[in-house]
Amino acid sequence: MPKRTDIHKILLIGSGPIIIGQACEFDYSGSQAARALRKEGYEVVLVNSNPATIMTDPVTADKIYLQELTPASIKEIVEKEQPDAVLPTMGGQTALNLADKLHQEGYWEKKGIHVIGVDIDAIHITEDRQLFRDLMERVGLDQAASRTAKSLLEAKEIAQELGGLPVVIRPSFTLGGTGGGIVWRQEDFDRKVMRGLELSPVHQVLIEECLFGWKEYELELLRDANDNVIIICSIENLDPMGVHTGDSVTVAPAQTLTDKQYQRMRDAAIRAMRSIGTFAGGCNIQFAFDPATARMIVIEINPRVSRSSALASKATGYPIAKVAARLAVGYTLDELRNEVTGTTSACFEPALDYVVTKIPRFNFDKFEGVDEELTTQMKAVGEVMAIGRTFPESLQKAWQSLENGYAGLGADRDEVFRKEVRERLVKPYWDRTLQIRNAFKMGASVDEVADVTKVDPWFLYQIQDIVRMEEEIRQRPLSRWDEAFMRSVKQYGFSDYQVAYLVPDPTTENDIRLFRQSLGVNPSYQVVDTCAGEFPAQTPYFYSTYETQTESSRSDREKIVILGSGPNRIGQGIEFDYSCVHGVLAAKEAGYEAIMINCNPETVSTDFDVADKLYFEPVFWEHVLNVCEHEKPMGVIVQLGGQTALKLARRFDDAGIPILGTSYDHMDLAEDRGRFSSLLRDMEIPYPPFGLARTVAEAVETAERIGYPLLVRPNYVLGGQGMRIAINKEEVEKYVNQIWKLLPDNPILLDLFLENAMELDVDVVRDGEDVWIAGIMQHIEPAGVHSGDSTAVLPPYNLPEEVLTTVRHYVVEIANKLDIIGLMNVQLVVKEGFVYVIEANPRASRTVPFVAKATGIPVTNIATRVILGEKLKDFRARGELESKLVGFAIKEPVFSWDKFPEVPKELGPEMKSTGEAIAFIDELTDDHFATAYAIRNLYLSR
Amino acid sequence: MIPGLITSDSIRPAKLALEDGTVVTGIAVGHEGETGGELCFNTSMSGYQEILTDPSYHGQIMMMTYPHIGNYGAMDIDTEAAGPMVAGLVVRQFTFRYSNQIADESLESFMRRHRLVGISGVDTRRLVLHIREKGVMNAVISSVDLDDASLVAKAKDWPSMDGLELASRVTTGSAYDFSSGDGARIAVYDFGVKQNILRSFRDRACTVRVFPASTPLAEVLAWSPDGLFFSNGPGDPRAMPATIATVRDAAATGLPMFGICLGHQLMALSQGLDVYKMYVGHRGANHPVQFLETGRVEVTTQNHGFAVDPKSLGGDAAELTHTNLNDSTVEGLRFKQFAGFSVQYHPEASPGPHDSQYLFDRFLELVRDVRGVESKPYVLPVR
Repeated sequence: MPKRTDIHKILLIGSGPIIIGQACEFDYSGSQAARALRKEGYEVVLVNSNPATIMTDPVTADKIYLQELTPASIKEIVEKEQPDAVLPTMGGQTALNLADKLHQEGYWEKKGIHVIGVDIDAIHITEDRQLFRDLMERVGLDQAASRTAKSLLEAKEIAQELGGLPVVIRPSFTLGGTGGGIVWRQEDFDRKVMRGLELSPVHQVLIEECLFGWKEYELELLRDANDNVIIICSIENLDPMGVHTGDSVTVAPAQTLTDKQYQRMRDAAIRAMRSIGTFAGGCNIQFAFDPATARMIVIEINPRVSRSSALASKATGYPIAKVAARLAVGYTLDELRNEVTGTTSACFEPALDYVVTKIPRFNFDKFEGVDEELTTQMKAVGEVMAIGRTFPESLQKAWQSLENGYAGLGADRDEVFRKEVRERLVKPYWDRTLQIRNAFKMGASVDEVADVTKVDPWFLYQIQDIVRMEEEIRQRPLSRWDEAFMRSVKQYGFSDYQVAYLVPDPTTENDIRLFRQSLGVNPSYQVVDTCAGEFPAQTPYFYSTYETQTESSRSDREKIVILGSGPNRIGQGIEFDYSCVHGVLAAKEAGYEAIMINCNPETVSTDFDVADKLYFEPVFWEHVLNVCEHEKPMGVIVQLGGQTALKLARRFDDAGIPILGTSYDHMDLAEDRGRFSSLLRDMEIPYPPFGLARTVAEAVETAERIGYPLLVRPNYVLGGQGMRIAINKEEVEKYVNQIWKLLPDNPILLDLFLENAMELDVDVVRDGEDVWIAGIMQHIEPAGVHSGDSTAVLPPYNLPEEVLTTVRHYVVEIANKLDIIGLMNVQLVVKEGFVYVIEANPRASRTVPFVAKATGIPVTNIATRVILGEKLKDFRARGELESKLVGFAIKEPVFSWDKFPEVPKELGPEMKSTGEAIAFIDELTDDHFATAYAIRNLYLSR
Repeated sequence: MIPGLITSDSIRPAKLALEDGTVVTGIAVGHEGETGGELCFNTSMSGYQEILTDPSYHGQIMMMTYPHIGNYGAMDIDTEAAGPMVAGLVVRQFTFRYSNQIADESLESFMRRHRLVGISGVDTRRLVLHIREKGVMNAVISSVDLDDASLVAKAKDWPSMDGLELASRVTTGSAYDFSSGDGARIAVYDFGVKQNILRSFRDRACTVRVFPASTPLAEVLAWSPDGLFFSNGPGDPRAMPATIATVRDAAATGLPMFGICLGHQLMALSQGLDVYKMYVGHRGANHPVQFLETGRVEVTTQNHGFAVDPKSLGGDAAELTHTNLNDSTVEGLRFKQFAGFSVQYHPEASPGPHDSQYLFDRFLELVRDVRGVESKPYVLPVR
């Protein structure tokens, strides 16, 4: 069937602000879908409240509504736009729930709007435990055995029937599963059953077979209107059942299933997908698999594009969201081409000849007192993906991508204590693969580790091989290294840094690099081609490995490398991917070949048709340098990818690779708080009194001199990491020690904290001569709350003109003094009419997308073109710097507190919000402003 | 040689030489020795043991594109014949230590037991791209002769598959009964039949007898079959004139006929259609095939280096029923002169998706319509 011609205008619902469990993967899927639908000639109306998204850019959709995602606001848009259809499967559970709610009201039907991409009548089945269970039973799929008990005696009988403990207890009809959980011991069983019976309004508990320790798999499916179903990707969780798949280390394709087992799973998945109504689109199905009996149970179905589909798309090269959108408008799979090969059908199942590993990224350091054990409740804030020819290589590359100081799977620092390893290994934690490595390093056997962790021995053997290789490196002086040995070391994913640490010779990362190159061992780049080399591929999507032939040939065009922002974290999120994508697009517009390097599978920047060339690589020095040496770009842009990219500036400078935009030295001047404050002093710009300390005693002495309260923070600040407000000597000591535990060797900076002050955020662009202030934002909360956690208003709402004049003056002075080329963000506080400068960031800030959306000016595009040589006066002359904002725009932080119930809700200088929303208001009497203003002092702590 | 591969008990170097002079070094896996054959590749990510034991691969050196091979060991239920049928195995990263609670042994032990020569630690992707560009060619794997020139010479001298009849080497020595049931009696002409084809008939309650490739038709008819099946197998179908004549005679009996892969090509040849050798064959478990009758697409297992020439269609011999969505090759035919159909791909899967299992049911429906014998429809187990 060709595409539907009875619909012309499609409403696409986004996923709203980033929260844990629903992140920027939905910007990727939404923008892919929007672009695909527009290409097919449909008018796309998009609604999302998250300003930091590509999907809400004019480049993506015809009409964009930056509005909150509520039934009322959707109705308002529908009345105005009169769409023919709504596509709710690209915006996560938020969009699906919203569509379902309006469906329950009969709204879509009343309006004659087609719901496409999902069977709206069937989606609640996937959310209702009992309905889902019944449906799976009905279509013949296995479910965990269970029975309802009305008494303790009955419960005991059932538990015995199920083969004894552990079992899962689920009290019937309690809100949010209260009183449920796994029971391991008899004494807990009696107590929990009794409590469950009491808690349940009908005094019943479900006793269910416990799948703890079973293996977990996911399949990504696509289905068309002709009921063709294909499996795009199989994913195996390294962590067994019990850890949320978003928190698990996952590997694609499945590694430990026989073909007969895999095909049975495939058959079951197809049958399950067909059972949830008639629809054309994507779907994700999760399975539990008992290695002992080969029993297989369907755990969950998501009838939409999901986080795993983003991963599967990047892992296979198959553009799931784009194809799903086309299927939703009536195409069948056989009518679509595989865009990667250009010559073969899109109706096939990708074959991989490499291994993909995903590791989630956590931010527990931001939440004091948080329980770090991984459970069925997702806690990760982001993830990295790495591609290698083998599992060991991809695992080590994934660790290099995490950007938490590791140069691979350990083997880069002193060993930890045996006791710690034992403690960490017993329960699932974020660093489980590293602890497995540590256990092997200490001589544990595969059987022992398998017994404790329930991780499939295949993965353990592979990790043990890495450890054996490590031992080999430790024992071999460089004089005995030859090309073959070096190559196999690299094929096991070891970084030059790890090698330098491990070899008996005293040496450095750079020396190892040169030595390696002298042996002729250089990375090769292979194409992610969906077909394991069977057909030639058209897409410029590459990963590195150490094979013998490179498939990425260098073109003659002038090239620019744009460094991506790595895994999402609090303070380093989707906003930077937004800027990177615009940087890439602007560089392309300016006629350059734009090359992207990034390792975050949730992003738009890693979509293979955004940049001219995509290297899916860790934003880790060795890999970045390898790409630069291969491509020989004219320069690199580091100021768009947040701190991740900026951190590498010094090394580019040392390596003689030109940094486009502000020079390394000037960036360092801004980043080094000590140097920066001296600069301000010279410029006679006020700043809070400060001091630097290298010892605890020095810190206390400085604190006493400056006075309290004061801000204690590491000299180079990463998104407020480790920053605290101290009110006395004891706290200074405590916080200094905490910081050093996290960031050793970092001098401590102490600034006087200005209480009850007003904070401002300013984003500017400078072209070498001229400065353009893109936006001034005034916070609603008092200074002391991290700017990322504050509600910000653009333009300022209650500052006198003379204060703003001073602010503008200071910002322009600083931009000139730092010789900024491109973007800069300055944070200032105003107290009793005096303006103080707190910090300047010589890069795209978190607020740039907000400013762009609020003013309607493509700030990053302009900044990138300025970096590439265009002049602000020309933009100004064309009227392109004129704000289109009427009234005020408000940036509202969004938190994921519900994921960490044990953490008190309080705000301070360390950022805690995971996302943001934008609201446009005409008057300050609007609730968006008034509510935030009324409670502005409520949560400030330290 | 890969010194890093310390997981093997003893590392033995091995070499792979192609007839065009390409030589790569790796480590020996499986049996120590030397082997030769046409080097082909398979893109399936699982099912290595089924592939190694598929008689259609007789005499070929199998290069798996998925890097980790051997992960879940080897076991009886995964074999498609009594032992390995390929001439050799080439992999990127052989798994010596497998993990699978239901496996019988490691792949290494299976290979040693069956004297199958293999090589690991080579850049298989480069070789795949090489074959894709240059076409399939002969190769030699050796862990006993490590002299490049000598190995290349051996590869050059290795007999070409072109024009070679190989079915006689893998067919059963004598007829045997595979299963008995209440359903149709199916006579299988064994040119190298995969066990899962026989199991697919058995699962539908058929009585199955397997006959050697050279069995005279009269002998098969004496068993009074309800349907005739022509199996998959290795080699060039054009080199089997006697068999083609048998198929032609069989068509005249009025018995329903079904052919898979080589059997499909033989049925086509018997009706005057042409078969050609492909530049690079189809070997994998992800090829999309469209069933023209319904428009539905099946993801299929494929293993063939020859194909029916679409240019020879159009007469009154056969009608095209299935086509490959990637390259429009002929995937299925319904014959006009007799009650029969055939497919180029492998509906029995093993390894691969089960999307095409319906063809067995279709054939048995045809048998029912012609012979009035009811067989049992088969439902895939999903638990």
